[in-house]
Amino acid sequence: MPLAEAAAVTRRFDDVVAVDRADLTVAPGEVVGLLGANGAGKTTLIRLLLGLLLPTTGSVRLFGTAPSRETRRRLGYVPQGLGLYEDLTPRENLAFAQHAFGVERRVLADDLRRFDDTPVGRLPLGVQRRVAFEQALAHRPDLLVLDEPTSGVGPLARARLWETIRDAADDGRGVLVTTHYMDEAQECDRLVVMADGRVVAEGSVAAIVGAARAVVVVTEQWQRAFERLERAGMAVALVGRALRVPGAHLTDVAAALSGISADIRESAASLEERFLQLSRSTQ
Amino acid sequence: MNWGVSELTVTFGDTVALDRVSLNAPSGRVTGVVGGDGAGKTTLLRCLAGVVKPAAGEVRSPPRERMGYLSAKSGTYPDLSVEENLSFSAQAYGMPTAEARVRTEELLQRTGLAYARARLAGQLSGGMRQKLGVVRAMLHRPELLVLDEPTTGIDPVSRADLWWLIARAAAEGAAVVLTTAYLDEAERASWLLALDDGQTLAQGTPEDIASSVKGTIHRADQRPTADVATRSWRRAATWRIWTPPATEAMTMPAPDPAQWELVRPDLTDAVTVAALAREAAGHGGRRPA
Repeated sequence: MPLAEAAAVTRRFDDVVAVDRADLTVAPGEVVGLLGANGAGKTTLIRLLLGLLLPTTGSVRLFGTAPSRETRRRLGYVPQGLGLYEDLTPRENLAFAQHAFGVERRVLADDLRRFDDTPVGRLPLGVQRRVAFEQALAHRPDLLVLDEPTSGVGPLARARLWETIRDAADDGRGVLVTTHYMDEAQECDRLVVMADGRVVAEGSVAAIVGAARAVVVVTEQWQRAFERLERAGMAVALVGRALRVPGAHLTDVAAALSGISADIRESAASLEERFLQLSRSTQ
Repeated sequence: MNWGVSELTVTFGDTVALDRVSLNAPSGRVTGVVGGDGAGKTTLLRCLAGVVKPAAGEVRSPPRERMGYLSAKSGTYPDLSVEENLSFSAQAYGMPTAEARVRTEELLQRTGLAYARARLAGQLSGGMRQKLGVVRAMLHRPELLVLDEPTTGIDPVSRADLWWLIARAAAEGAAVVLTTAYLDEAERASWLLALDDGQTLAQGTPEDIASSVKGTIHRADQRPTADVATRSWRRAATWRIWTPPATEAMTMPAPDPAQWELVRPDLTDAVTVAALAREAAGHGGRRPA
């Protein structure tokens, strides 16, 4: 039985359809990444799953039942704003949350204990995020919902946060993560891509990228090439010292660049390029 | 022109925010500065923009009217409309009205801001506000364009528009210097400076930095135990293990070569290793503020 399940869920706000017949499941032990541009419906879908909003049509089940106070106890949630009390220390924050959930006291992870006496608002962002995770995990929830969990933290701190996420999954918890970063998306077991309220793709990174291709141009005269491709109406992106044109045909690119000496070849599209195609095709 | 900084040191009271950092920012190149929270990225950009005075070292930047700067906090006037923000900037930089109008229109159209031209900047979504901030910073065709975390917290569709603006500015000949906390994004710059705790971790093309790792990196399917755990980190369903040069001899042969697979480090590995090495040396961006 999935921990969370949205089946053909639609949510309207007046005449705006924020979520449109969306399906989503999170099973025990898996990390599911929810991707989408702003306005794609991610936040509304999460609010539906948390039981903060009711669906207009369709059904939402948490742990096999409708969302309720009881299901809330089995859920850990880290919002983008972290939801910590900035003037309390990490230990005080944790004690407060545990009291609210009526669970036994749990001590901070070893490497966080040295920050015990510092108010959260004065800690580095990476440490604040770790504390928010600890707080969300304090009552040993079955399902963890994380909204952009590593925004703004450095690579090592991000790796440590992901360690906590993967450990929670190994421990049998289900995790639903939203992210804007494709590196982070690749840490997930499965991805769900939303655009315009609908689920437009689902599966592994490889399944989502599928057969999508991009044309790669490497040339000393990249500035001229950039202008030419622009003028030809192609969606060109600068990546390192290469130009990439997702979804274009090799021959069209070559024609647009006639007279410029360039190495032009095809390659598989990146997850980000495929994601942009999926997002834009609905606009 | 080749803008940038040489042997730059910045102190705030007793804290050394930047320690002898050097960086070149030539025309037409996108130069990225990466590092975590508190690494010194913003301080470096503020020096380039002329808002922070260094304790020592040299800053090479054009006069203010030939520079564009977007700070991490805010780059727009919330009480002015999108169009008013831009015409105000154009006037401030003395752009001819007709030229300003043509350029404004083109950049607004290309980045999907045109339909919101009459909206107050304070009412825009984060992504749209950030696009407006970058358009504003590059409108007068600056020779040096300095952007502090232009894409942090921005969704991928707006981010693609932001990167189009960045590429466009570089194609027009601007030297672009920007900061990011994300290494997949950093790979879009053609030159990178990695900072940690005010010091240079590595510098070069993303490939240079990836291959600058000292020691070796292995991949393992099982979580490493004992002392190895402190120099390992998780990537998706596998672990990475870094063996510093000094201990390579000691750990040879590898504990279980059948389970450890040697990998070629990528940019993320390289920057993670550099941060681990500094952490192991007892100073690694974890000081309380």
